[in-house]
Amino acid sequence: MSPSGSETGDTSVLHPAIEPERWRPGAVRLSVQQAGYAYASDERGAPLFTLEATNFEARQSELVAILGPNASGKSTLLALLAGTLKPLSGRVQLEGFETSQLDPRTRAQRIAVVQQESPLLFPARVWEYVLQGRHPYGRSLRFASSEDSTIALNALAQVGGQHLRDRWMDQISGGEKQRVVLARALAQQPQLLLLDEPTLHLDIGAQVELLQQLRRLAEENRYTVVVVTHELNLAAEFADQVVLLHGGKCLRVGPPREVYRQDLLEQVFEAPLDVELTLAGRPRVNVRGKRVEPAG
Amino acid sequence: MRPVTLKMVLKACGALLLVLLVVVGIALKLGAVPISLSDLALHVGRGALGRSDQLPSEYRLIVLNLRVPRILLGILVGAALSVAGAGFQALLRNPLADPYVLGVSSGAALGAITWLIASPHVLLMPALVPLFTPLAAFLGAAATVAAVYFLGRRSGQLDSGTLLLAGIVTASFLSAVIMFLMTTLPSRDLRGMAFWLMGDLSTPQVASVLWVFVAGLVVATGAMYTTASDLNLLLTGEREAMHLGVDVTRVKVVVYVAASLLTGLAVSASGAIGYVGLLVPHTMRLLFGSDYRLLIPTSALGGAIAIVLADTLARTIVAPTELQVGAMTAMAGAPMFIYLLRRRLG
Repeated sequence: MSPSGSETGDTSVLHPAIEPERWRPGAVRLSVQQAGYAYASDERGAPLFTLEATNFEARQSELVAILGPNASGKSTLLALLAGTLKPLSGRVQLEGFETSQLDPRTRAQRIAVVQQESPLLFPARVWEYVLQGRHPYGRSLRFASSEDSTIALNALAQVGGQHLRDRWMDQISGGEKQRVVLARALAQQPQLLLLDEPTLHLDIGAQVELLQQLRRLAEENRYTVVVVTHELNLAAEFADQVVLLHGGKCLRVGPPREVYRQDLLEQVFEAPLDVELTLAGRPRVNVRGKRVEPAG
Repeated sequence: MRPVTLKMVLKACGALLLVLLVVVGIALKLGAVPISLSDLALHVGRGALGRSDQLPSEYRLIVLNLRVPRILLGILVGAALSVAGAGFQALLRNPLADPYVLGVSSGAALGAITWLIASPHVLLMPALVPLFTPLAAFLGAAATVAAVYFLGRRSGQLDSGTLLLAGIVTASFLSAVIMFLMTTLPSRDLRGMAFWLMGDLSTPQVASVLWVFVAGLVVATGAMYTTASDLNLLLTGEREAMHLGVDVTRVKVVVYVAASLLTGLAVSASGAIGYVGLLVPHTMRLLFGSDYRLLIPTSALGGAIAIVLADTLARTIVAPTELQVGAMTAMAGAPMFIYLLRRRLG
């Protein structure tokens, strides 16, 4: 699929330059206003997939979950937030600056992205990998300073990965790797932390641990965290806000207990689901399976 | 935890420079006519003191006119091909990328041959013809990289296996075109051209062409070195690199032009010497790690060492007959390619 919209490398301005708003603690940090995108497909230019106008806002220390079935537009929305795609309509602003118009280094100092897979071509040790997160802060040849090393090791400590420091990346488990990838993102010292299905390939224990860690990091470091996930119950438990997408449309935005409506979730995920509220006031989703009685 | 520092780079380069000096000494000494170390030291000393008129004519002919130019060319070609290989490996995210395997050397050779055939028909001073050969080879190399890059994609993504197959098929196609063009050459040129195609350092080079080579090597390697820390991230994937602040398009253009230029320069001077761009960067990775801030300068020096050594072997192993240096590098490089391929598939 080739994008019909301009990518970030294109410096042409779709919208008039916007004066950055004065940012105050507690004010909106991430603002998504009518942001939409379309991928062109064939010679006729008919869009193969369209993400329709999406709106939501997030503050510091907030954790936002983007939910939806496959091909609902989650990754496209994440790319718009990351600034690697420029919205064809509307705008995505981080503290008043359009994310797609920031130069690559500045953008990497403000936005860190944890991708689904981080394959390595040549072996690297964990500390080397985490140190890559300091790349946006370096000078031209970017030899790491002692400050960079300290920040990288602190990031590793924040995710409880100090003991992994000298291990090879291809010799650690999936859960450990996810921690290291997260540590590299923390080493970027971002304002906005974006994660694309970080719980994929993790067992349930590691999934809960990761979400707890993200919750704690959002509080301690005042990050705004946006997670794309398929895990409805984890999102319900840990997210402050949920953005529900379906077929490129943003259906609902709000706290989990407002978004998790049985009829809505059943329609979106095309499965029989029950939604109940826990004692803590968080919704919980159960699959309502039809039990087949044995014959005779 | 020992992040790469400038001191580490200088230390590694210093050590390799010493090895290069030793290898150059061996290359000067060995050959169909061996020269003793004491004679060599004496003559080098005399030459250095500006008393070259006192040098015996035999020494002047064998060492100064034959071995020294050949060693210098070997150093330049080895450095160029190794840095180009390291660059292509990052650009194409493929550890098996090498100018020879990808057909880029064949593209450069085709560019050079086309120019040699066409130049008499172009209104140009004959003295300028050799200066334009590297440019023609560069254009041939650049066009081939672009072709292999697009042929190596599947569903819009660069696919490692498809890329290698595309390279091998392109190399074979271009070789066939070269063979066809060679039939138009006078028979007296054919033998020299066939030797050149297999990778050969014995063809004497015009001094001005060597200076073009030196300038091109310094500029292209320097340009690639400015992107060294970006290349470390490009190895993890374009999207990943972009998220870490790399201007991916700029870096890819710099590496593409620089690696094509280095291949063009090397091939125009010495033909298609294979596997150096594979053998040397991987050996340097084993010795110094895979950080491109170390890999680029160490590959340049390691490439110089490898080619001077290979050429010395080629000159002496069946003396007084000579093998092409390309045959020596292929004998060492092809098994390495198979080993890397099997490790990757396994």
